Amino acid sequence: MIKAKNIFKSFGDTDVLKGIDFIFEQGKTNLIIGQSGAGKTVMLKILVGLLEPSAGEIWYDHTNFSGLNKKEMRAMRMQMGMLFQGSALFDSMSVEDNVRFPMDMFTNKTEKEKQERIDYCLELVELENANKKFPSEISGGMKKRVGIARSIVLNPKYLFCDEPNSGLDPKTALVIDELIKDITREINITTVINTHDMNSVMEIGENILLLNQGKMAWTGSKDSVINADNKYLQEFIFASPFLKRLKEKALAFDNQQL
Amino acid sequence: MIKRMLFHFGKYLMWMRTVFSRPEKMSMYYKETIRQMDQIGIGSLKIVFIISAFIGAVTAVQLSYQLGETLVPKWYVGYILRDLVIIEMAPTITSLVLAGKIGSNIAAEIGGMRQKEHIDAMEIMGVNTASYLVQPKLIAALLTIPMLVILASALSIGSGFMISTITGSFTTAEFLKGLTSFHLPYNVWIMVVKAVVFAFILTTISSYHGYFVKAGSIALGKAGTDAVVYSNIMILVADYIIATLMV
Repeated sequence: MIKAKNIFKSFGDTDVLKGIDFIFEQGKTNLIIGQSGAGKTVMLKILVGLLEPSAGEIWYDHTNFSGLNKKEMRAMRMQMGMLFQGSALFDSMSVEDNVRFPMDMFTNKTEKEKQERIDYCLELVELENANKKFPSEISGGMKKRVGIARSIVLNPKYLFCDEPNSGLDPKTALVIDELIKDITREINITTVINTHDMNSVMEIGENILLLNQGKMAWTGSKDSVINADNKYLQEFIFASPFLKRLKEKALAFDNQQL
Repeated sequence: MIKRMLFHFGKYLMWMRTVFSRPEKMSMYYKETIRQMDQIGIGSLKIVFIISAFIGAVTAVQLSYQLGETLVPKWYVGYILRDLVIIEMAPTITSLVLAGKIGSNIAAEIGGMRQKEHIDAMEIMGVNTASYLVQPKLIAALLTIPMLVILASALSIGSGFMISTITGSFTTAEFLKGLTSFHLPYNVWIMVVKAVVFAFILTTISSYHGYFVKAGSIALGKAGTDAVVYSNIMILVADYIIATLMV
C-alpha cells in the first residue's frame, strides 16, 4: 500500500499538484487518470522519488519515503519496478540482458538461478523466444512486455507504469493491460498506472484517482464510473461521441432491465 | 555570467561526490570499465596515430626552417622537437583532440540515456547512476589516455625524424645527437601528470554535460558542444597551472 498525504508540487510560480490525498491499494491496479497537463506524470514521479514534493508525504506501508536519505531511498527503490512510457530498454543489451541487468547489479544469485528467473519472467510476458533479440529488432508492444519483465525480475512490492498503452494498437494495449492486471494479482503487489486510455480505465481500473488541474476531481473504481454523479468525470471518460452513445445505450439497457 | 559559472562549478563538485560513491557491485563496474577502456583507448588509436604523425612532421619542418639560417647547430632541432613534444605537444594537443572525440561521445551517450529515460530506469532500480555511468569511464580514461599520450609522443618524434631525414633537412646522426642531448626524465613525468589531469577533466566535464542535459535534440547537441568547449578551455587552464607549478 502507498499513501499520498496532502501532496503539493510547484515549479516556480506554477502549482502542478494541489493537495493530493490518496491510498494506492495492494493487490489492485490503481490508476491515475486525467487530461494532459493534469499532473499525472508529476504525481507518478513523486511517488517513485524522481521528484520531491513541495509539501506532503509519501508512505510505503510503514515507511515515510519522503523522509529517507539518498542511500535509504535507493534501498527502498529495489522494491520497486517501473515500466516507462518509452520502455527505456538499454539499446546495447539484448532482451535477456535487459531483464538480467537488475539481478546482476543487486543479487548474488548463481548463473543458473538468474537464468531460471529470467526465463520465468520472459515466459510470463510471452517473450521466451525473443530473448536474444535487441530492442531495435522488436515491436513497441514487445518492448513494453520486456519492460514489464525487467520491472518484476527482482520481485518488487510496488509496480509503476507510465502510460503503458501509449503508441500501441487497441489489441496490443488490451494484452498489456491484462498482463499488468494478472501480475498484480499473481504476486499481490501495489500497482500504480498513469494513463489516459479509457479502455484501460474501464478494463483494469480497480482504484481510480482522477486529476484535474492538479486537484483530485474524483476517486472510485471502474464499476462506479458509469453511474458516478461527477460532471467532469463523465465529460472526461465519455469524451468521444462513440463512447457517449455506448454509455447511453448501456444506461437505457439497464433501465429496461429494471 | 560569473554567477552561472559558480552555480555550475558548485553543482559539478556536489555531483562529483556522488560519482565517487562506493560501487554497488564491483564486477559490474569492472565489466563496464573494460568496455570503456576498449572504446576510449583502442577506439582512439587511429586518430592519435594520425595527429601525432602530423604534429611531429610539421614541428620538425618548421623548426628546421626557423633555425636553418641561424647559428644554432642543426642537431638542436632534435633536442627542441623532443622536449616540445614531450612537455607540450603530445599531452595537450592529444587531449584537446580526444576531448573532441571522446568528450562529445560521452556527452551524447549519457545525454541520450537521460533523454530516453534510461537513467531514470536505473535510478528506479536503485542504481547510483552518476557513479555507475561515470566511474568506469573515468577509470578507463585515466588508464588509457596517459598511454595514448606516451604513444603520441613517440610517434611525433618518430615522424619528425622521418620527415626531416627524408627531406634532407639533416642527417640521422644529427637528429639522434639532438634527441639524446640534455634529456631530463622529469619532463616525461610532466607529460604523464598532464595526461592524467587532462583525462580527468575531459571525462568528468563531458559526463556532467551529458548527465544534466535537458529534453530535446537541440539540448543534446548543445550538451555535446559544451562538453568539448568547456573541456578544451579547462584543459588549457590546467596546462598553464601545471606548467607554472612544475616547470
